[in-house]
This record gives sequence, C-alpha cells and structure tokens, in this order.
Amino acid sequence: MTARERIAGSVANYVDERTGAAKWMKKNLTKVFPDHWSFLLGEIALYSFVILLLSGTFLTFWFDPSQREVIYDGSYEPLQGLEMSAAYASTLDISFEIRGGLLMRQIHHWAALIFMAAIVVHLMRVYFTGAFRKPREFNWIIGVGLLTLGIVEGFLGYSLPDDLLSGTGIRIAEAIIQALPLVGSYLAFFAFGGAFPGEAFIPRIYTVHVLLLPGAFLALITVHLMLVWYQKHTQYPGPGRTEKNVVGYPLMPVYMAKAGGFFFIVFGVTAFLGAVASINPIWLYGPYTPAQVSAGSQPDWYMGWLDGLVRMAPPLESYIFGYTISWNILIPGLIVPGILFTGMALYPFIESWITGDKREHHILDRPRNAPNRTALGVMSLTFMLVALINGGNDIIATTFDLTINQIMWFSRIGIFILPPLAFVITKRLCLSLQRADRDLVLHGRETGRLVMMEHGEFVEVHEPISAEKAWLLTQHEQNPALELEESDLRGVRRPGVLKNKLRARMSKAHAVAIPKATAADLKEIEHH
Amino acid sequence: MAPLLLVLALFSIGTTFSVAGAATSTPLTAAERSALIDEGQRIFLKGCSSCHGLNLEGSAIAPSLIGVGAASVDFQVATGRMPVADMSQQIVRKDPVYNEKEVEALAIYVASLAPGPEIPGEEHLNYERDGSSAEGGELFRTNCAMCHNFAGQGGALTQGKYAPTVMGVTPRHIYEVMITGPQSMPVFSDKTITPEEKLSIIKWIKAAENEPQLGGASLGRVGPVTEGLLVWTLGLGMLVGVAVWLAMKAR
Amino acid sequence: MSNEIEAIKDPGLPAHVHRRADTDPKAAKKAERQVAILFLLSALGTITLIGSYIFIPQDVFIFFPVLGNTNAHQLFLGLGMAASLFFIGMGAIHWAKTLMPDEEVIIQRHEFRSSDEDRADFIKTAKDGAAAAGLGRRSLIKRSLGLSLGLVGLSPLILLGDLGPLPGDSLTKTSWKTGTRLVTDPGDRPIRPEDMEVGAVAQTLPAIAPGAHRKLSDIAKDAVLLIRLRPEEFNLDAERLSWTHEGIIAFSKICSHMGCAVALYEQQTKHLLCPCHQSTFDVTRAAKVIFGPSARPLPQLAITVDSEGYLVAQSPFNEPVGPSFWERSS
Repeated sequence: MTARERIAGSVANYVDERTGAAKWMKKNLTKVFPDHWSFLLGEIALYSFVILLLSGTFLTFWFDPSQREVIYDGSYEPLQGLEMSAAYASTLDISFEIRGGLLMRQIHHWAALIFMAAIVVHLMRVYFTGAFRKPREFNWIIGVGLLTLGIVEGFLGYSLPDDLLSGTGIRIAEAIIQALPLVGSYLAFFAFGGAFPGEAFIPRIYTVHVLLLPGAFLALITVHLMLVWYQKHTQYPGPGRTEKNVVGYPLMPVYMAKAGGFFFIVFGVTAFLGAVASINPIWLYGPYTPAQVSAGSQPDWYMGWLDGLVRMAPPLESYIFGYTISWNILIPGLIVPGILFTGMALYPFIESWITGDKREHHILDRPRNAPNRTALGVMSLTFMLVALINGGNDIIATTFDLTINQIMWFSRIGIFILPPLAFVITKRLCLSLQRADRDLVLHGRETGRLVMMEHGEFVEVHEPISAEKAWLLTQHEQNPALELEESDLRGVRRPGVLKNKLRARMSKAHAVAIPKATAADLKEIEHH
Repeated sequence: MAPLLLVLALFSIGTTFSVAGAATSTPLTAAERSALIDEGQRIFLKGCSSCHGLNLEGSAIAPSLIGVGAASVDFQVATGRMPVADMSQQIVRKDPVYNEKEVEALAIYVASLAPGPEIPGEEHLNYERDGSSAEGGELFRTNCAMCHNFAGQGGALTQGKYAPTVMGVTPRHIYEVMITGPQSMPVFSDKTITPEEKLSIIKWIKAAENEPQLGGASLGRVGPVTEGLLVWTLGLGMLVGVAVWLAMKAR
Repeated sequence: MSNEIEAIKDPGLPAHVHRRADTDPKAAKKAERQVAILFLLSALGTITLIGSYIFIPQDVFIFFPVLGNTNAHQLFLGLGMAASLFFIGMGAIHWAKTLMPDEEVIIQRHEFRSSDEDRADFIKTAKDGAAAAGLGRRSLIKRSLGLSLGLVGLSPLILLGDLGPLPGDSLTKTSWKTGTRLVTDPGDRPIRPEDMEVGAVAQTLPAIAPGAHRKLSDIAKDAVLLIRLRPEEFNLDAERLSWTHEGIIAFSKICSHMGCAVALYEQQTKHLLCPCHQSTFDVTRAAKVIFGPSARPLPQLAITVDSEGYLVAQSPFNEPVGPSFWERSS
C-alpha cells in the first residue's frame, strides 16, 4: 500500500464512521449517465448559474445599490461632474477603477445571456424528445419555473446599474404594473416607494436580485438535479437501450471528468466573450433621467419577444364607468405571456390526457415520430420568433433598409398566420421523414451505383441497412387513437360529451403516423 | 512579461483626434466676394435651379431655398447630399460633387439673395477649448439620442426614414445641422441650445467617436440586439461545439 | 400491442470498438502528452492573467484585428482568464475521452411505484396519524385552525403596507401651474417665442426657484416638448389652437403608452415617434395617434407668454400625463 492509498483510506474511514456515506457513495459513484451532446445543454445553464454566483459576488463588493445622488469624479472624462445615482457611479467605478471589474461585469452579463439561451435550448431538447413525459412532469414544471424566474432575475440585473437603458426598462415595467386593473397604481406606488422613479426601487430590487431569487434558484435547481439523479437520465433510442436500463458512462471517473471539465469550458467561453466583446457599455448610455431616451431601446434578448408583442399590440383602451383598462398593455404584457407559460407548464398533462398514455417513458422520442408535438413546438417557436423580430424592428429596419411600419405590419399579421403555417409544414415534414424511414428499412440505402439488367434496364443498387439502424428506425411505438364514446346508445347527450369529442379529435390528430416497417413487411419484400 | 509589454508598446496608439476640416474663413474683400457670388450663381443655375427654381423659390419637388442661409447650403452640398439623384429615397451622405471653393461660392450666392444661418467660422468651432464633454453628453442624450442613438450610431424613423450616424461628421457640419435642421431633423435654436452648448455636443460626439474599445468589440453600439445575436451564434455555438466533441467517442 | 409481435428485433448493444490508446501504448503516451499540454496551456493562461493584472496599466490600448483599438488590460486579463479555465476543461475532457475506460456500462432502472404493501402501509399510517390527532372528529379545531391559517397569511401583506405611500393625486398632478415658465432642459433658461425658428424644437421643464433641486419623479411627469410650426399648418379645433402660441405647441414628453420620452420629432412630416414602441403622433392634429400601440394622444399643455415675453403655461395639464392607470377617467 502506498502512502497515498493509506491517506485516502484513512480519510474515507474518518468520513464513513461519522456519516455512513460509504454505502451511498458506492452506489452513486457508479451511477451511469448516457452520453449525448444535447444532454449537456442543461449543464451549460447550471454552470452559467455558478458563474453568475461567482461573478455576481465579485460585483457586490463594490456596487452601491442606492439612488442617492452623487457627483461623478471618476476617471471616465465624458461623465465627470455629472449628477447621477450612487448605483450608476459605482458601476462606472467597477468598470474603470477596479482592475478586472469591467471584465467581471461583462462576464456576469454574458453569463446571464448564455444562462437564458441554454435554458431555452435545453427546454427545446426536453420538449421535442418527449423527455417531460411520466415520470418527469414535476421536473418539467420546475424547469418552466426556472425559466420564468430567469427572465425576472435577468431583467432586475439589467435594471440595477441605473443607466439610461435600464431606467427606460424600469419605466416600462412600471407602466405594466400601473396598467393592472383595480390595484395597478397602488402596486406601482408600493413597488417604487412612491412616484416613479423615486429612490427606493434599486435598493429593493438589489435584495431581490442577490438574495431572494438566487435562493429560490438554488432550491429549485437542487430539486431539479435531485430528481434527475433519482429518476436516472433518459436516453436516446438505439440498439441495447430499453425502457428498463440506462446505457452510458459511470460517474466515477468518466462522467466526473467530462462534466467537471465542461464547467471550465463554459466558464472559459464566458470569460472569452467578456474579454473580447463589449456588453452593456453603461458609460455610453449615461445616467438615467426620465426626460431622455435612446433610439433602439431594447431589453435583453430573453425579454425581446415581450417587447415585440407590446410593440405590435393594437391601440386599444376601454373606459368604463370612469375607469381605464389598457388592453394595449395588458394583452401583450400579461395575458398572452400568462397563457403561453401556463400552457407550457401544463403541457405534459395535456398530452397525456390526449393520448391516454399513463406509462413511464425513459426512451426518448425522435421528434419525427411525434408529429403533433413537434409541430406544436415549432408553432410556438415561430410565434416567439415573430415577436422577437418585432422587438428589434428598428434595428432590423435600419440594417436591412426596411421601414419599422412594414416590419410591424408583417408581425401583426404574421403572428396569426405564420405559427399555424409552421404547424402544418412541420407535421407534413415529420410524416414524410417517417415515410423515408420506412422506405429505408424496407428498401435499403441508395448507393448511387447503377447496374444494367439482362433486358437492358438500369437499376440502382440498394444496400440493406444494418440491423442497428433498422432497429433505430422502427423501435418506436405507434399507438392508435383513443376510442371514446361520444354519446350513449340512445343518443342522449351526456355531460362531458363535448369534452370527449374534443379529446377524441385531438387524440386522432396526435396518432397520425406512417406505419413503421415491421418484420412481416420485410419478409414480404424478400419474398418478391 | 517584458516581451508582452514590448508588443503592447509597439501596437499601442494613443487616442488621436481627427482634425476638423473647416473651410478657410479669412475675411473676403468686396471684389472677391462679388466674384464668388457670380461663380455661385453660375453653379446654381447649372446644377440647382432646375429643381430649386431660378430665384430659389423652389418647386413641386424641391423646397424653396429662401432664407435657408449659407450654413444649410454648405451642409447639404459639402456632405454630398445635394445635388440629389434619386428623390424617392432618403437623401444620404456621399462624395461631394463640388469642391470646397465651389461650395463656398454656392453658399455665398444663396445667402446673398436671402440671408439665413451663416457658416460658423473656425474661431467659433474650437470645441476642444470651449466645450465640455460631460455637459455635451447630457445635451446629446436629451436632444439627439432619441433619434441618433445613445452613441450617435443613428436610428430608425417612421416609414423607412432614419437618422444617420453622427460618427465621422466634421464639427462644422454637425454645427450647421443643428442650426438649420435638414430633412427630418428639427432646428435647435441658439437660444435653446447656446453656441457653447453646441460645441459641448460636438466635443462629446468627437469623444465618443474617438473612444477606443474599452471592453472589447463594440458590436455596433446599438444595444442588446447585437449582444443577443452574438450569444446565440458565437456563444452557444462554441459551447455546443465543445459539447458535440465531448460526447463523440474517441478513436 | 399487436404490432409488437412482428416488430424488427433489437440486435442488442454493438460490440465495443477499442480506441488506439487502448491497444497501442504509444498512442496512449501521445494522448497523455496532449492532455498535459492542454493543462500547461491553462497554466500559461493564469500567468498571463497575473501578469496583465500587475503589469498592464488600465489606460494602455492596443490595436487588435476585428476588435479595433482595444483596452489591453481588460483584453489580456480576460484572455488569460479564458485560457486558464478553458484549457483545464479541454484537458479533463480529452483525458476522459482518450484514457479513461470508454466501455459503455448498463445499469437497470427500478420502478418508481412502491409495492402495494408499502402503499397500503403508508395510507394506514397517514390515516392512523390523522385519527390519533382527531382531525376528523374535532371539527371545532379544524375550523378555527383554518381560520387562523387563513388570517396569518394576511400579516405579511399588512406588514408590507409601508412599502410606499398611496398614490393620492400624484398620478394626476404635475408641477405645471398657471404662469409657470418653460425653461430649457438642461440649462434652465426661460424661452421667448422669437427664440425658436419655425421647425425648431426645445426640451423644457417647469421653472424652479433658484438653487432648488429637481426630483427625477417630477421630471418623469413634467418634461414638455416645444415645437414651432407655421400656424397655418395646424389642424386643431379652436380651443386647442388657443393653447398654442404663434405656432408653438407644447406636448407632454412622457409617452401616453408606457412612459418613454417621446421627443423624436420629424420636421417634414410633423410626426412624433416614440423610440420604445413606435407609437407615432401627428403634431398638427394635437398629437393624435396615427401608428403604434398607444391609445391616447400626448397631453397638450396650454401655453402663452407672460408680461416679460417668456413662454409660460396658461394652465396646468387638463389630464394626467404618462401611461394609463385604472383610476384614469378617460
């Protein structure tokens, strides 16, 4: 036994005698994780969160979350002598007086953008592969919660420096709060400690940004990961992979090295962006005052769709009995996002209600094999994309020689037409991919080699595909639509019939598929 | 560390300020002046009168030039905006058709028929001495940033019009723009924004123009749109690239 | 399922393919060297970071292709940090990929559903517990507990009551009063009508006592934009026309949609555009909304001149300025 082994042994002994950890560790160090690049998207989000905690802590050492007015006397000449809030002045100091401060600010901001982007692509991966199905519905809901919190947390961070852009963002947030029926103006005065902008808002959101929400994040992320751990990871279909097993690499050492290494990769890439690309140059925006605004005032990208929706809203307000309801703010700012996020959170339950499928699923779907779900996903993304494009309509207009009015009208009409169109196209695309799969299994791969037959006809040689490939293309289930009784025998409509009808219709749409190739089909072909 | 510092020293270039290209402004004698007016009239009749009328009265397709002053002529012609070829689109900056002397002649001719804002002399454009960039920034953000963006990069107006970038515009032309209000732009009178304040604005614009990249590539200084674009392309691209490599089986 | 029977068979996990490093000691040695080089690159990155922190002053700029004239301190600090982190990651992953076992491992999943026995036991325990507490029998306790839990939820709401004052008339009133002078922002100089040519604009605020300090929350309501047109260009009713002075018209600069500063005035079209959400207002028609999401014109401030010839407010705004709110009556 070498000295090193002796030390390791005695440490392990010390810990185990006090915690009994050996049994747990033994089991979990051999835990298996399937390897696929798309399984790392959530990890990017997780690591970005860690980077945000580290860089954010650095920033708090110098940031002064106060709207007290100070005169700037730092080293950035074009602002010297101006009145500004202590929050803005201290952000300038972080940028210009603290060595590495600007780098850390930029890393923090880039990490936030990457965090949100990673959450979105992770969510897309989970959605399009059906990983949210039983038993993972809770984790899906937690994920939607994390996305929502991320948007709020990001917006608060964007608001903290109290520069002209962030102040404009807060002004708009205040207008949304103020537009709430009944309680709006009261809530706004409570949030801001009086009339906008007041002096209370930034200290308040600072506490929320650095304490309350990170705490909520930590709790939710912990549960999210514990569930992944306990339920074991899903895996893509393939030879040897079943609903009952997990095929992959053990945590110790392979996955630990890979996942651990990937943390450094994410941090390194974020630091690279922080080094080479300027983000949120607050010194150019200037301090916030309500009488100023910049052309092209936009939120960060994860709020861009919301801004785009607000821009395209119709100019509608109702005045009833001396009260005002601002539909132009409520619809795009609260109602539509509310419906979207609620629908997203409930989707696993909606789908299982439609299909009647209550079984556990650990093998992922290939998106083409769930055409309805895939089409719905692309439809939602199209909606978001149109909204996002409209959120940047002024920049797009000046870049591509268009007019903001054109883009606005394109969005106003497109937001209704393009998503359904995307649905139809995607669904057809999925079905034709299914057909291609079937042909591939039955007729093999086209080789491009031509052979002349005896009677002079040229025929392309088809090569049969491997057993592994054939399995991959045919392993999925094809379940028939639910059969639901629409009325009882005597034709008397019962309550719930309408619901059943809807469910039956949706179930039918959901079950549309090109029949997959079977062993019997193959045999028949061989026969010819 | 020494080699690195040497490299830095070799590469480092201090901030340089572009020298304002102002027209010569030595006082003219009466004879010189009348010669210039004649020259200006000749150019005007040949190059401008078909749209702006023989007596500056304007026409259906072009505004009257009565009272626009020398400053307006200098800005429009010296920045190449006039003469304009295609009137269906926004009139843009391009290489000037006339040289400096011809522009001066045109300006003096137009101003001789009906006075208006004059070309600011070089002694009135010493923004380095008479301006304050902090005050200028404040004025710029209140009066200019809503169209020209927080960093003077320009922005969209309605129906495809846009406010052009103010980067790379000479101090004289910036000054003229403010007192004449060309095209969509309004006028900023000397009483509401004093000449000293105008110089402050110019000083701030020049400071922004010459500001080196303090935090890396500027991404066009147009705000979060390009930042978001970079995250989705370069940022996520690099990370997904590494993830694909990570999950690939080694040979 | 009927089609399960005739489905194509799972051929099982394909045979493991060995890597070069598994069979060839030379390849393994090479991989080891590669990993070491990656780790050393990381160390080099850290050295760059330390060197940049100590030796590169914050005001040194270097020209770098693509980036332009860039701050060297920030750039090398960041690149050093990026390299120090990135290459640790690359090294660790390369190590895992080439030298750690890469044979795929299979483990079995367990069913999440507990055994019927456990489930029955659990239900019994829960029921027994509830019975022992007398939850079913003692309805008085149950109801009073419900009441107190419901009420206790109110206390945080009550305790947050001092977060802010009630709005009062703050949303409907501005600092503008009859006779308040319009002064330039920034600069605080009063304005005479003749100070503005046709086509001119001016950003203004209400005059304050010398030495007094403006609160941002006042500016957020008081900012006013002055625009001078030719009087004949107006298309206003008699009352609104009487609110203008010699072609000068004054609007609240705070957008009636979401409160951004609307000061983007197009001299030729006489349109005002809000850069935040692109509501467009026609100045000649009292800032009527002609495009975009805003539902209301910008409030117009009635102006005139005082005895010294300076522009002043004729009267306060006749409606609340800024974004809508519930209690707003029109």
